[in-house]
Amino acid sequence: MAQTNQILILFAHPALEKSRVNRYLIQAVRGLDSVTIHDLYEAYPHFDIDVQFEQELLRNHDVIVFQHPMYWYSCPAIMKEWQDLVLEHGFAYGKSGTVLHGKRFLSSITTGGTEQAYRREGHNYFTVRELLAPFEQTARLCGMEYLPPFVVQGTHQIGSQQELAVYTENYRQAIIALRDNTIDWEQLGKFHHFNHALDKVIQIQEVTHHG
Amino acid sequence: MGSGGFFFQAFIYLMAAVISVPIAKRLGLGSVLGYLLAGVIIGPFGLRLVGQEGEDVMHFAEFGVVMMLFLVGLELQPSLLWRLRVPILGLGGLQVVVTAAAVGAIALLFGLSWQMSLATGLILAMSSTAIVLQTLNEKGVMKSEAGQSSFSVLLFQDIAVIPILALLPLLAFSEKSALQEAGGLIFVAAETVQTAAVSPWQQALLVIGLLGSIVLGGRFLMRPVFRFIAATRLREIFTATALLLVVGVALAVQAVGLSPALGTFVAGVVLAESEYRHELESDIEPFKGLLLGLFFIAVGAGINFNLLFEQPLLILGLVIGLVVTKFAVLFGLGRFFRLQSSQNLLFAFALAQGGEFAFVLFSFATQNQVLTPAVAEPLIAVVALSMMMTPLVMIFHDRVVQPRFVSVEAEREADDIDDNENPVIIAGFGRFGQIVGRLLIANGSQVTILEVNPGQIDTLRRFGFKLFYGDASRLDLLQAAGASQAKLLIIAIDERERSVEIVDLVRKHFPHLKILARAIDRSHAYELIRRKVEVVERETFGSALEMGVEALKLLGVRSYRANRVARTFKANDEQLLREMAEEEDEKVLVARSRQLSGELERLLKSDDHDRTDDIDRAWDVSDLRKGA
Repeated sequence: MAQTNQILILFAHPALEKSRVNRYLIQAVRGLDSVTIHDLYEAYPHFDIDVQFEQELLRNHDVIVFQHPMYWYSCPAIMKEWQDLVLEHGFAYGKSGTVLHGKRFLSSITTGGTEQAYRREGHNYFTVRELLAPFEQTARLCGMEYLPPFVVQGTHQIGSQQELAVYTENYRQAIIALRDNTIDWEQLGKFHHFNHALDKVIQIQEVTHHG
Repeated sequence: MGSGGFFFQAFIYLMAAVISVPIAKRLGLGSVLGYLLAGVIIGPFGLRLVGQEGEDVMHFAEFGVVMMLFLVGLELQPSLLWRLRVPILGLGGLQVVVTAAAVGAIALLFGLSWQMSLATGLILAMSSTAIVLQTLNEKGVMKSEAGQSSFSVLLFQDIAVIPILALLPLLAFSEKSALQEAGGLIFVAAETVQTAAVSPWQQALLVIGLLGSIVLGGRFLMRPVFRFIAATRLREIFTATALLLVVGVALAVQAVGLSPALGTFVAGVVLAESEYRHELESDIEPFKGLLLGLFFIAVGAGINFNLLFEQPLLILGLVIGLVVTKFAVLFGLGRFFRLQSSQNLLFAFALAQGGEFAFVLFSFATQNQVLTPAVAEPLIAVVALSMMMTPLVMIFHDRVVQPRFVSVEAEREADDIDDNENPVIIAGFGRFGQIVGRLLIANGSQVTILEVNPGQIDTLRRFGFKLFYGDASRLDLLQAAGASQAKLLIIAIDERERSVEIVDLVRKHFPHLKILARAIDRSHAYELIRRKVEVVERETFGSALEMGVEALKLLGVRSYRANRVARTFKANDEQLLREMAEEEDEKVLVARSRQLSGELERLLKSDDHDRTDDIDRAWDVSDLRKGA
């Protein structure tokens, strides 16, 4: 069986108590083995990020997930601060900055607008993938493999708990597959969004019972 | 027989209580049964240590019930009482009427006249306030649906005693209704006798006038009085004032022919909003407890076992009949008022006994020629035995009936009718506590505030803060302020010894409480940290740090950087504080302190651009330039 990946979810939501979707997404992956959730706004209410601690976290994980709502086509402020401080020259990039090489990077984002709004005809003009270009390039520069993002769109319109439950379950499946290495990585790379690939790239595991 | 002597009597009663109650508690029987059994054992049918004077003791001890209702009143804000109006009038009223009718009908079957049957029915409709409230309190279910319903019914019964007292003489079988005083009863107004001379109109006016003056007095007069007393800082004088208040109200109310229990209850409700509520509660509580215990012992001692031995089947049959009838009526009414099944059962089991009112009313009825002693005496024994059965019935309920519901209704247990159980207690509301409190209140948190300075309380009450007078280093006061239900205790007082004292006290008695404490200075902070206080804030640290930031800015340091420097400084200093708190050796302390401040100084020095451990290295591109 493939080895287990250690997953680090860097989570940023400045008003989690008002969150309608992220709150449930993060709940769905809380408590999973080998999954570390790091709530940045909770850990650093004054933005005084502990760089050494964060770099240590990065060293100890194989898949880095940025989970946040999309704010002004990017991430909430603390996450940008985190990148500015933690992804140092000589650590994350540069000649001797090879710590992140070979790790995988996933954006898990939510947008208020629907998928139709994120295209040339829509009022956001750019697609989500295009808007996430800075993250993709950050991952590239740091030598990480950039995975298609997990995207929940149209959160303003999600009305029922059932609808929400589909997303949370999908997210949980995706994180578990990333952790257990049960993904056809090559296939996955061909999709725009992780969500679209779920049932096609996750290999069904033969469940082996012990005892 | 008891050989007179006050101290000997006191010794017997106390000894009986001290031995039997802990044993009963340990066996899971509850304190009430312990007291009752103690009474039986020392009574005329046991060791004969107390005899006839048991009755006098009982009249004295009935005052415990009066105090209990005062305390119950203190717990009930008028708004809560108003919310209970439907259960009180509806459930309570129907309970008295239906039970009286049912018991009366049975009495008719026994061949009593209709007058006697009606009197018996009304008297037996009463339940025992003392036993029920004590038992429910002990089980901690007063705030549940069943507890509130029981309380409503008992309250209505307390009120109903007055019209019943007025009605009984009209049922007299002989024209020669000898209206005599019912044996100097303290519990129920026997003065109906005297007021009979007054016209009903004057009577009504007197009652309304007195109740009005209790309300007005409680609202406007008592506050300055309490403030004056509290300013003396003499605890026993405050206790004396509290007792004086209760006794005074009881006497006044009795004088106009109302039940003292009812009068003190009203006084309690009026004072429920007062800042001295918690202090009053903790002062009266021990007296109430002792007197109630005495009362139960007296009831136990007063049970006439002769009657039981002569006609065991009749008496036992009547006891069971009474309990079953009352239970059936209560359960039916509970259904009608849509109590949940498990709550309804608790409610019906709890109230299915005769009450202490019955003793009074039976003797009153006998004296007024309504009932003959031949009817009344067995019934008195029946009531006493039914009271004695209540703890047993409750044990049956807890062990056999209730377990069936646990799984089904576990979710709906919590009940937040009572709004005086706040999750946060703030001790001390001076310049420190106020800031903490205002932030919490502005954020919608419910806080209970304790303050010892009466002047401060007055000023802040005018600004709309709800403060209570009380010293948080007293266990009973913390208890009264709801420490056993609260989540956080914020110690914001400015006396270090007392603050440490409170921490120790709370750790011992309320280990679940998280403590946030204000530290006067470093050494105080060490003491608090060593006691594992969850949050320790040095009182001047935050503002001094802010001022340091402002100074740096005036010296030309950019604002954002000044702030970051300050945060690093804070983290560093707090780490040092924690380390030093655990270190006993002063030499090691000094050395470590120097080492850390040296490190900090180096860290904060920013003029040296080659330093890579500068806090701002993240935005320092010198490294990048070299690499390019």
